[in-house]
Amino acid sequence: MRLRVNAGLVAGAVLVGLVVLAALVSFVWTPHDPTLVDAAGKLRDPGDGYLLGADKFGRDTLSQLMVGARTTLYVGIVAVGIAALLGTPLGVIAGMTPYGWLSELVMRVNDLVFAFPALLLAVMLGAVYGAGTLTAMIAIGVATVPAFARVARAATLQVMVTDYILAARAAGRRGTAIAFRHVLPNIGSMLIVQASVSFAIAILAEAALSFLGFGTRPPTPSWGRMLQESQELLFSTPRLALWPGLAIALAVLGFNLLGDGLRDHLDPKLRRIRAER
Amino acid sequence: MILYLVKRLAVLVVSTAVAGVVVFAFMALLPGDPAEIALGVNATPEALEELRRQFGTDRPAAAQFADWFGGLAQGDFGTSYVTSSPIGPQVADRLGVTVTLVLGGMVIALLIAVPLGVFAAVHHRDPLGVAISAASQVGIAIPAFLAGILLVFVFAVQAQALPSGGYVPFTESPGEWLRGLLLPWLSLGLVQGAVLTRYVRSAVLDVMREDYLRTARAKGRGRMGALWRHGLRNASVPVVTVLGLQLATLLIGAVVVERVFVIPGLGDLLLNGVAGRDLLLVQGVVMVLVVAVLLINFVVDVAYAALDPRLRGAR
Repeated sequence: MRLRVNAGLVAGAVLVGLVVLAALVSFVWTPHDPTLVDAAGKLRDPGDGYLLGADKFGRDTLSQLMVGARTTLYVGIVAVGIAALLGTPLGVIAGMTPYGWLSELVMRVNDLVFAFPALLLAVMLGAVYGAGTLTAMIAIGVATVPAFARVARAATLQVMVTDYILAARAAGRRGTAIAFRHVLPNIGSMLIVQASVSFAIAILAEAALSFLGFGTRPPTPSWGRMLQESQELLFSTPRLALWPGLAIALAVLGFNLLGDGLRDHLDPKLRRIRAER
Repeated sequence: MILYLVKRLAVLVVSTAVAGVVVFAFMALLPGDPAEIALGVNATPEALEELRRQFGTDRPAAAQFADWFGGLAQGDFGTSYVTSSPIGPQVADRLGVTVTLVLGGMVIALLIAVPLGVFAAVHHRDPLGVAISAASQVGIAIPAFLAGILLVFVFAVQAQALPSGGYVPFTESPGEWLRGLLLPWLSLGLVQGAVLTRYVRSAVLDVMREDYLRTARAKGRGRMGALWRHGLRNASVPVVTVLGLQLATLLIGAVVVERVFVIPGLGDLLLNGVAGRDLLLVQGVVMVLVVAVLLINFVVDVAYAALDPRLRGAR
């Protein structure tokens, strides 16, 4: 079989790779201390060791972007982790007992959580416990649970009508064993695709929350807050908005392309339809 | 259909009530006593007691909830502990601004998505069709507030053609009102338009493969003519559903865009409420937004079932 390489998948992987690389490198090296306030270097122009210039506090933009990548990935991983860990079992249970009260309850609760978007949850959590990276991650994660539960349920419903599940049942396998041995491995690819798409949404949510002041707190660099700080200087120093904006857009684009590419790659039926088009 | 409608309506009512409990319980966790916040640290115990009785915060939580929720059902949002002014009229004022923002964004999204999506589908093998597809992918990656900042840079900073923010009521000056809202509308509309373009394209592509469209072409209609007469109505079913769900996204996006453009909408009210620790205000605005999302989902479900009878039995 000839392996057809999907251009979107490659582009997505490259973009995501860049973000991950920037974040990893930032642990051992950044051009300057990203939080170092330097009054003399206020709004320093690009060049002279400051590749992208400095902000109104004299902090190096490139260093902030690199550490900001770390914040972005950290929030994304924890939020998607929360969503996957809570949503997958709920969806699998609902899918394995489609006519039971438990399934009905899970889906109704799902609909309810769906009515609380990440932004509202984060604002509520922030009001009670004080805004920060943790409340933002929890809010984004909880708000993403319904998406995972729906995908897991739909995929499980498809798996449950296959012959191998029938065989496993006839052989006397218990529900939990079927779930772990047969259902989870078979819906895994769908969940990976969902994780990538959810990651993109989590990045957008974190940026929006930090922009509003409900996300990552200063001095920890965050792309969303960099944008918010740049807004007042838009008339004099627009480049300060350009770089974090570009970083957010490219990271989201990367995870979206990765998700779409993986979906095409993992689903042979879709691949055929795309080829026909 | 009637049975389905009744069932969905019951779910809506129960969901709203449960959402009310969740919002109330959440806000009850808020540290600090509204009376202490209002009077400061030097207040006498008697004064605090008196104010608590006025606020009604000395009563059991269940009674407070019943009061608040019962009031909401009649449009009474209570009186702010912080500003002592009734919350309902403020919410109503701001809701109008936010709804204007959301609907304008939706119209722009449709104006972008329908022609571009149909074009991209019809010309899906041509470079231009592929380019539209790729551009929509990029548009999806740009959050509305970033689009807002970019638009301000282009139209306010560079061209100096439109204001970078602020809001003038329609009754004061319709022209200024429009000028002030153009960029916020575009920020919301461009991004949602990009999302919608993809759905329109894929819906039209699906329709183009249908037998009835081939039949129409065999009967001598041109490609666009066949699509116009037979295709678009069928393609609109999935698009309408997505459109409904996007309304909810737009509503939340508006909260952020209001901050970018300093527009006094619900989002602005909510964030100011949080900053001023105005508990009842935050509770009320959150509830309005949650109920709006629930209502939108309800309408989408019902509309979908009305358009496609097979779905009615599915739930």
